[in-house]
Amino acid sequence: MTDQFADKHVLEAEAVNVWYGNFHALRDVGMKIKENKVTALIGPSGCGKSTFLRCFNRMNDLIPGARMQGGISFYGNDIYDKDTDSTEIRSKIGMVFQKPNPFPKSIYENVAFGLKINGYTGNLDEAVERSLVRSALWDEVKDRLRKSAQTLSGGQQQRLCIARALAVEPEVILMDEPASALDPIATLAIEQLIRELSQSVTILIVTHNMQQAARVSDETAFLMVDDNRAGYLVEHGVTDQIFTEPKDERTEAYITGRFS
Amino acid sequence: MITSSKLFSRSKFTRSLIGKIFYSLFFAAILTSIGGLTILLFQVFSDGLPWLSLDLLWNYPSRHPEQAGLKSSLMGTLWLMGLTGIFTIPVGLGAAIYLEEYAVKSKLTTIIEVNISNLAGVPSIVYGLLGLALFVQWMALGRSLLAGALTMSLLILPIVILASREAIRAVPLTYRDAAYALGATQWQVIKNVVLPLASPGILTGIILGMSRAIGETAPVIAISALVYMTFIPSSPMDRFTVLPIQIYNWVSRPQDEFRGLAAGGIIILLVVLLSMNTIAVYIRNKYQMRSND
Amino acid sequence: MQERYKNRSKIGGKIVKWIFFSCALVSILTTIGIIFSLLLQAWGFFSEVSVFEFLSGTRWTPILKPRSYGVLPLVSGTLLVTVIAALVALPIGLATAIFLSEYAADKIRRIVKPILEILAGVPTVVYGYFALTFITPTLQDWLFPDMLVFNAMSAGIVMGLMIVPMVSSLSEDAMISVPKSLREGAYALGATRVEVALKIVVPAALSGIVASFILGISRAIGETMLVTIAAGATPRMTFNPLESIQTMTAYIVQLSLGETPHGSLEYNTIFAVGLLLFAITLVMNILGQFVVTKWGVRY
Repeated sequence: MTDQFADKHVLEAEAVNVWYGNFHALRDVGMKIKENKVTALIGPSGCGKSTFLRCFNRMNDLIPGARMQGGISFYGNDIYDKDTDSTEIRSKIGMVFQKPNPFPKSIYENVAFGLKINGYTGNLDEAVERSLVRSALWDEVKDRLRKSAQTLSGGQQQRLCIARALAVEPEVILMDEPASALDPIATLAIEQLIRELSQSVTILIVTHNMQQAARVSDETAFLMVDDNRAGYLVEHGVTDQIFTEPKDERTEAYITGRFS
Repeated sequence: MITSSKLFSRSKFTRSLIGKIFYSLFFAAILTSIGGLTILLFQVFSDGLPWLSLDLLWNYPSRHPEQAGLKSSLMGTLWLMGLTGIFTIPVGLGAAIYLEEYAVKSKLTTIIEVNISNLAGVPSIVYGLLGLALFVQWMALGRSLLAGALTMSLLILPIVILASREAIRAVPLTYRDAAYALGATQWQVIKNVVLPLASPGILTGIILGMSRAIGETAPVIAISALVYMTFIPSSPMDRFTVLPIQIYNWVSRPQDEFRGLAAGGIIILLVVLLSMNTIAVYIRNKYQMRSND
Repeated sequence: MQERYKNRSKIGGKIVKWIFFSCALVSILTTIGIIFSLLLQAWGFFSEVSVFEFLSGTRWTPILKPRSYGVLPLVSGTLLVTVIAALVALPIGLATAIFLSEYAADKIRRIVKPILEILAGVPTVVYGYFALTFITPTLQDWLFPDMLVFNAMSAGIVMGLMIVPMVSSLSEDAMISVPKSLREGAYALGATRVEVALKIVVPAALSGIVASFILGISRAIGETMLVTIAAGATPRMTFNPLESIQTMTAYIVQLSLGETPHGSLEYNTIFAVGLLLFAITLVMNILGQFVVTKWGVRY
């Protein structure tokens, strides 16, 4: 019990509902995300994990017809407040996507992009190197920083995207199935990276791979779809507990593979 | 948790200001196009409406503006379009059928396709020169409607071919498969299945090609070289003039009345074009097969 | 049973195929015809006037004495109008494309795109009329009292308006084919819409945008009636857009309407100029296609 009080909550979701047009995609999801821990979102496809993830950096704002109800706060501040600029949120809460999406620019320019648009006044070269070191890519690319990012392998591209996100020094990184498009070796590298990064950054990761969630995360949240195809939260707790002694029978059914 | 936010000068205000400035520039660009078109149409209509009358349609051109009319050029346009259609529709359709149904990926096919798209970018006056050298002189057709029609059909061929190809391509494979499975030959499949289903799109392409042809002036000038005509053609070998040329003739005259006549002619031309395009769009929207059906 | 299928003959099918094939060949014959007829007639010209004199001479008086056959005044006239048109159309066309691709809601697109299509479909005589009867007097009254009735600027401005739809739609196609994932990656870093548009999308679509510029300019070079009506019939080497000039295309029209006899040197000048015009636009069109295929990125 003392542990829980010692951990700060970076993000808090309260009664979050999302509609795409008339389709109710997410129903009354509430959750507290602990600082500097890895929290995994698992559940069957279509249960709204990605939708929920995108609420945290207001990426759903970019989808015409998407509507959100409820509250998301970042260190106690409502991020959907009218006076809050979404671009500022996104520089503090970064995102890595399922399919690596490096810009058609050089490796250097990819990492530097976020720094430049956010008006970084320090030494650009050092910052780029720092980010590439943090994402375990520096040794592999230090001699070809000016080469196009498209010349990298899938796993390297994803680590580049992580470096790109790290460069603007966010407090949180949201990861939407970051390894699902990668081969097993690259996947393992990403998982290792996630464990290392969580010492300094809070990570919220969506994954459809339960073993990955068990390997990588400190806490896990399980979502499901109801009869109206709306997603909702079933259970959220410490990873060990979720996977060995789930409190809800639906969680147990999912984990033991009775449905996926 | 690293907090070096002091190094980031987020300058929210500047970025937002820049965003707003660019947005206004982009929006202004849209307004310029809309504004330009509006002013153009307004100008034409205000100049030309007073001159719209039945006389304008039924009279021959004259040195006296009050008596001048479009009879010869309108008849010329009708003749030219009719003859052009006779040549362009079968050839354009035939080429499209060949390229979509028969041709295999080969060097020759690529050459043909590259060729067609290059021809689409050739200035129309060059087509006029081709027609002049080939049809007027070498084939000794003289400066006749026939020579003009052959020239125009070459000009709009790429348009008709392109539209027909798209229409044919949009016919779902399943229909062809069903016909072949019943033992139909390739030509039977094309004639009985593909063409009927593709005909709205093909028709749209023909109408769009023809509407382009109606507005073309330069190649017709090169062929017919006739700007002032006071009779109507009675055979394909006759000389002719067309509506846009008459408009050009009137625009070139300094007197204000002829400017007004020109505007009147433009109104008629625009109305014809608008109707044709509206019909084409209507056909396309109502009947077109969507390839993902 | 046999009678039902009597009409199916293999030979019939082959004949049909060859008919259609020859239709497709017409397009190749057209190109050959253009090149051949231009070359043949221009040959008649170049047997009397050297190519060097044609391409480097600065006086074009093929009808009036003393005769001079330097085509550069016509080329400079074309260039002057084209440059003005490009200054108008390229920024406005690109800005329009950016607006439609990155900003506009569906409702706005549904209004703006048909308007652009209408602009593209207006016959060029109408644009010529507009330039002569509205733009020129307006510019004369408000900005340039020294402007002549026939001048390069009015023609250039209206020509720019005319090719905006082409530049805009080709650029827009290029920008729309940039995948959404690139934009999302930039937004996720905290980029504003303008930054995404100008720093990510436009660079990624650059080959298509440049191609649209090239093709737009090629169209401007080949345009005839607008310049014939509004730009003048005075071959003159000048950079002053307020003066009258004559473009290559306008010269061809002028001579076509004249009484020059077939086969004479004066008559053959239209083919020499036509050949030059064809060569220039062909090179530009090929360049435009080349830019897309070699330089473009397939997503």
